[in-house]
Amino acid sequence: MKTAAINRLAPYVFIAPAAVTMLIALVYPLGYMIYGSFRSWDPSQKLGETEFIGLGNYIQLANDPAFLESLGVTLKFALVVVSIEMLLGVGLALLLDRSIRGMSVLRTLFILPMMIAPVVVGLMWRYMYHPTVGTFNRSLKAVGLDGVDWLGEYALMSVIIADIWQWTPFIFILSLAALQSLPQSALEASRIDGASPWQQIIHIKLPLMMPVLIVTCLLRLIDAFKVLEVILVMTEGGPGLSTEIMALRISRTATEFRELGVAAAMSNYLLMMLMLLTVGMFAFTRWQELRAARQRKMIEEEA
Amino acid sequence: MSSATHQKQNPAFYALLVLLVFMAIGPVLLMLANSFKLDVDIISGATGLIFLPTIQNYETALCDIIWYEPDHLDFCALKFGGSFINSIIIALFSTALTLVIGCMAAYALVRFRFMGRDTVSISTLLVRMAPPAVLLVPVFGLWNNEFCIDKNTMVGEWIRDTFGGRGDVCLAGTHSGIIIIYVAMNLPFVIWILQSFIVQVPRPLEEAARVDGAGPFQVFFLVVLPLIKPGLAAAAIFTFRVAWNEYLLASALSDRDTKTVPILIVNNMSEFNVEWGVIMATGMLLAVPPIIFTLLASRQIITGMTAGAVKG
Repeated sequence: MKTAAINRLAPYVFIAPAAVTMLIALVYPLGYMIYGSFRSWDPSQKLGETEFIGLGNYIQLANDPAFLESLGVTLKFALVVVSIEMLLGVGLALLLDRSIRGMSVLRTLFILPMMIAPVVVGLMWRYMYHPTVGTFNRSLKAVGLDGVDWLGEYALMSVIIADIWQWTPFIFILSLAALQSLPQSALEASRIDGASPWQQIIHIKLPLMMPVLIVTCLLRLIDAFKVLEVILVMTEGGPGLSTEIMALRISRTATEFRELGVAAAMSNYLLMMLMLLTVGMFAFTRWQELRAARQRKMIEEEA
Repeated sequence: MSSATHQKQNPAFYALLVLLVFMAIGPVLLMLANSFKLDVDIISGATGLIFLPTIQNYETALCDIIWYEPDHLDFCALKFGGSFINSIIIALFSTALTLVIGCMAAYALVRFRFMGRDTVSISTLLVRMAPPAVLLVPVFGLWNNEFCIDKNTMVGEWIRDTFGGRGDVCLAGTHSGIIIIYVAMNLPFVIWILQSFIVQVPRPLEEAARVDGAGPFQVFFLVVLPLIKPGLAAAAIFTFRVAWNEYLLASALSDRDTKTVPILIVNNMSEFNVEWGVIMATGMLLAVPPIIFTLLASRQIITGMTAGAVKG
C-alpha cells in the first residue's frame, strides 16, 4: 500500500522543484513584463499602482529615432556576424576534417575563446584596440603605417571582429561533429564515381550537413541578439549610438532612465523578432530535413 | 585509428593550423603576460616580451583577502577579493542547485509518462531565445518591489534585527536573488542535456533494482546518478560558466556587498584612468576557472555543445 503511494507520487516529487523554480523566475516574470509594457511604469512603484496607457510605450518606441537606430545596429551586427562566422566556421571544418595527430588538442584550444567571460573578452579587445597602447596600432606603427581609430569611426566593425574571434569556433566544432557523423558509404561511393573533393563538398557533404547547419545558424543568431557585455566593455554603445545594440538600450532604459514600461515594450519587440526568426528557421529546417532525407535515400540506393 | 594511418599533410596546412591556434589563444596569452607587467611597462611597450614579471597587480586586486600587506600599497582601494568570494558563492550554489533540480526533472521526463517531452524541448528553445536583457526588466521590478518581506511583519522584523538593514527585506541585493534567476535560466538547458544521457541508461538495470525492493528514489540516486556522471559534468560546466561569467542580471540585482567580479571589471573599465595591469590581473582571475574546466573536460564540453544541435 505504502509503496504504491510512493510510486504514484514520485513523478511529481521529481518534477516539482524544476516547475516551481521556472514558474517563479521565468514564467511569472515574463507575464509580469508583458503586463508592465502596457503601463507607465517607474521602478519605485509597485506595478499595480501604475497607470494603464495601452499601446503608449510601443507607439513611443516606434517613433523614437534612438530605438530605431539601435534596432538597425542590432540587425546589422547579428547578420554580418553570423554570416561571416558561418562561412569561416564551416570552411575551417571542411578543411580540418582529416585524420591528423593532435586533433583533440586543437579542438580544446579552439573552444577556449567561447568559455571565457564576455566581460574579459571585451577587456582583452579593448586593450588590443587601444589607440596608443594597443597591440594593433603598435604593430601598424612598427611597420610604418598609421594607426587606426578602431573604437571610434570603425567601432561597429571592431566589435564585429571581436565577436567573430569568440564565436567562429562554435560553428567550427558543430560543423566538424556533423561532418564526422556523415554516412561514410555515400562519400566512398562518390569517390569511386570519380567526384573531385570540391564536388564532394558541394553535392554531398553540404547537403547532408544542412539540418545541423541550420540549427547551428539558428543558435548562433539567437545568441548574436544577446551579445551585450563585450560591446559594453569595449565601447559602451558609443561613439554616439553607433554600437548601441538593443540589449544595451534595454538595460540603459531600465536602469539609467528608469522607464521600466518602455524597456518592457522594447524587450517585447526583441522577443517577437527572435520568435519570428525561430519559427521561420524551424519551418525551413523541416523542409530541408525532408529534402535531405530524400537525398540520403537516393544516394544510398545508388551505392 | 592508429597513428600509422594518419595522412601526410601539406606544409601549408600545418602553417594554417599554427596561425589558427595563434589567433585563438593569442589574445589570452597577451592578457596573461600583461597581468604580470607593471603599468609603466604596458604603456611604454618598449620591453615587448622581455620584462620582469611581478605579482603586484594580483596583490592589488586581491588586497582585501590576502593575509599580508603588500609593500607597494598604502591602502586597499580596490576590493576585488570580496566580489571574488561573491562570484564563487553564487556560481557554486547555483550550479549545485541547477544540477539537483535539473536531473530530477530530466529523470521524471524520461521515465514517467505523464507529461510531453515536447514541452521541455520548446521551453529550452524559448529560454535560449530570451536574452538576459529581456529578463532584466521584470526581474528588476519583481526583486526590488514585489518579492519583499514587509518590515512590519514578524519575519521581516526578525530578519532586520538579525542581519541589519532598514526597510523591507527584498530579494534584490541578496545572493539568493541572483542564484534563483541563474538556476531558472540554466534549468531548461541542463534538463535537455541530461535527458539525452538518462535515455541511455539501460532499463533492465533499473528494473532489477526495483525487483530487489528499491523505491523510485533509491533507483534514481543509487542506480541512475552514478551512470550519468559524464552528463552531469557537462551540465555542471555549462551552468558554472554562465553563472560565473554573467554580468547584466548580476549588476541589476546586486548591491555593494553582493556584486560579482564582472561588475567590478566593468565599473573600473569605465573609469577615466584605466589601470591596465590590475584590470588584466582581475580578468585573468575571472578567466582561469573556465580555462581550467576547458582544458580538463573539453571532451565533455564538446559533447554537451553538440547534444543540442547535432543530435537534437
